[in-house]
Amino acid sequence: MIKEKSDVILSVRNLTADVDGTPILKGLNLEIKAGEIHAIMGPNGSGKSTFSKVLAGHPAYTVTGGEVVYKGQNLFDLEPEERSRSGVFLAFQYPLEIPGVSNLDFLRVSFNSKRKHEGLEELDVFDFDDLVRERLDVVKMDPAFLERSVNEGFSGGEKKRNEILQMALLEPTLAILDETDSGLDIDALKIVANGVNQLAKPENATLMITHYQRLLDYIMPDFVHVMAEGKILTTGGKELAHELEARGYDWVKDEEVAEVAAR
Amino acid sequence: MTLHVASTDTVEKPMSGADQDRQAYLAKLLAQRSPDGPSWLGKIRDRALSIVQERGLPSNRDEDWRFTDLSGLYKTTFAPAAQASLHLQDIESLILADAPLRLVFVNGFYAPALSAVDHRPVGLSIHTLVDAAPLAQLGQQQGMTEVFTALNTANFEDVVVIQVAKHQIIETPIHLLFLTTGEEPTVTYPRGLIVAEDHSAVTLIEEYAAVGADTYFTNAVTEVWVGQNAQVHHHRIQREAKTAFHIGKTAVSQDRDSCYSLTSLSLGGQMSRHNPLVIPTGEQTDTRLQGLTLAVDQQVADTHSDLSFTGPHCTAQQLHKCIVDDRARAVFNGKIFVPKLAQQTNASQLSRNLLLSTKARVDTKPQLEIIADDVKCAHGATVSQLDDEEVFYLQSRGLDRDSACDLLVEGFAAEIIEQLPIAQQRQRLLDAVLSEIR
Repeated sequence: MIKEKSDVILSVRNLTADVDGTPILKGLNLEIKAGEIHAIMGPNGSGKSTFSKVLAGHPAYTVTGGEVVYKGQNLFDLEPEERSRSGVFLAFQYPLEIPGVSNLDFLRVSFNSKRKHEGLEELDVFDFDDLVRERLDVVKMDPAFLERSVNEGFSGGEKKRNEILQMALLEPTLAILDETDSGLDIDALKIVANGVNQLAKPENATLMITHYQRLLDYIMPDFVHVMAEGKILTTGGKELAHELEARGYDWVKDEEVAEVAAR
Repeated sequence: MTLHVASTDTVEKPMSGADQDRQAYLAKLLAQRSPDGPSWLGKIRDRALSIVQERGLPSNRDEDWRFTDLSGLYKTTFAPAAQASLHLQDIESLILADAPLRLVFVNGFYAPALSAVDHRPVGLSIHTLVDAAPLAQLGQQQGMTEVFTALNTANFEDVVVIQVAKHQIIETPIHLLFLTTGEEPTVTYPRGLIVAEDHSAVTLIEEYAAVGADTYFTNAVTEVWVGQNAQVHHHRIQREAKTAFHIGKTAVSQDRDSCYSLTSLSLGGQMSRHNPLVIPTGEQTDTRLQGLTLAVDQQVADTHSDLSFTGPHCTAQQLHKCIVDDRARAVFNGKIFVPKLAQQTNASQLSRNLLLSTKARVDTKPQLEIIADDVKCAHGATVSQLDDEEVFYLQSRGLDRDSACDLLVEGFAAEIIEQLPIAQQRQRLLDAVLSEIR
């Protein structure tokens, strides 16, 4: 889906970030254009999830250097909710349970906050109900889930599907999927991947963060980045993912060392 | 009516200054008594009066009042509330369109002009003191010797009696509205007697509120008799003025195979206390107690519940939630007693508390006493603040921080408020909760 001269959606330059004073991101560079699907792979503790949370604006992470430009503006000038309304969407690795708040109400409030931001009229209960029922199909979700509290008592797979349902409603410009595949059985993985594929358009972009190559069998990335120790070590096409699966992450690290030594 | 003085043959103990103050305060309160009523009531009142005089008013040295300071109450002089008339438009915001059966009491007196009792279904009888036959069940529940309950018995101006005949199912909720009006600090003693005969079913909404009153004292008692295989859904909403004092008792007995559920909301009052006391007297009863307390500013809101089983195969579920903000304080003491006779009891109790400020405080004390050896009983208590991760999750979906916090508090409160039968009232109360914490 890559177009020539696509608009740059996200540009990350030399990003560094801390958690409680411990540096996690150590100079990360990445550019994502409209129509592209990127995958970041890497071992546990490499900083993948931190990167996704920094992009979404989680308060526990402190940006210490570098810049992130999103659609031409400094992403860090925006509060988390402003990022969401302007099209940044993070599908959580561990979606939160919100007891007492119905999933339908939550989805409507979320959807309308974006509509309001875009200067559009908010949808009333009835119109929204029609819309959400139509979008349920994207993730093959039972309408009964709308009446339940947000994620409360949902299985792991149901929570992840609920995340993609939110994505289907918010239609983000930049969708960040943080380990959306973790803990899913094959059927659920297919449904989730199918949902993501339906939502990928020439004018938006997707950043998948994953530990496993399997997700990439269902969602074809244009670029695969390998991350370790807070930065992107190497970038390639889909074949890089297979190589990682076969040879492990240590191979990339060794390669990197070799490259540096060869210079 | 002559006042009886309690026999004083007990050993005299030296009294502290505070004790003397309380006794003088009680004497003043009792000196104002002028309750009318039929002669059959006289005996009941006399007995209650002697209990009051014998026991005296409690202080925080009494275990039951350890966390709740009554000195604010004792510092205020309350006159007996006088009959007052209100117009329907004064109570418009309290009327429930879906509860066409409504009984309104103003300052403790029945207000026929504000009430709506014309279309009562077959099998439902409603009386007040003026037309009630001698009430064998009045003042007969357990817990009647507790001093504030006895004080009510000795003083109430009127009583609402609701009786559901055997096998009758009353579909529409009955709305009991106890209002206080007037600028002077007054005291009222609302009283209710609910009798659901065997195999009957009824839903009650018992609500306390103010119409243009600030500092006053409501001392309420409702007795509920749930007959064999009967079902009572009881909703108690305390929305007194923020400067009022409220002490209330809900005394319930459940005959075998009956269901009783109580949803109790406590929002108003500078000092409020609710004492639900439920005694399943037969086997295989089902009891559900759900409470929500909202305390803001400097409010003190106390719930002391007592559920004492007497027979086997009973189930009970209790969930009590508190939302505490500013410098307010909430107290929950939930006693569940499972004696040897109550084998196969299945009971759970959970106290969940949400603190919205660093100065807010909650004292929670689940108190399970289990003697029987073949039971399933669980209890727990949580105290927490709003979860930052939950707030962030909502922010990441486009809600600003304040809306995210509101939604989380609303969700916390909704679990209890959702139990109320009328949507209009659920919405009113959710709005009231949110406007208090904003």
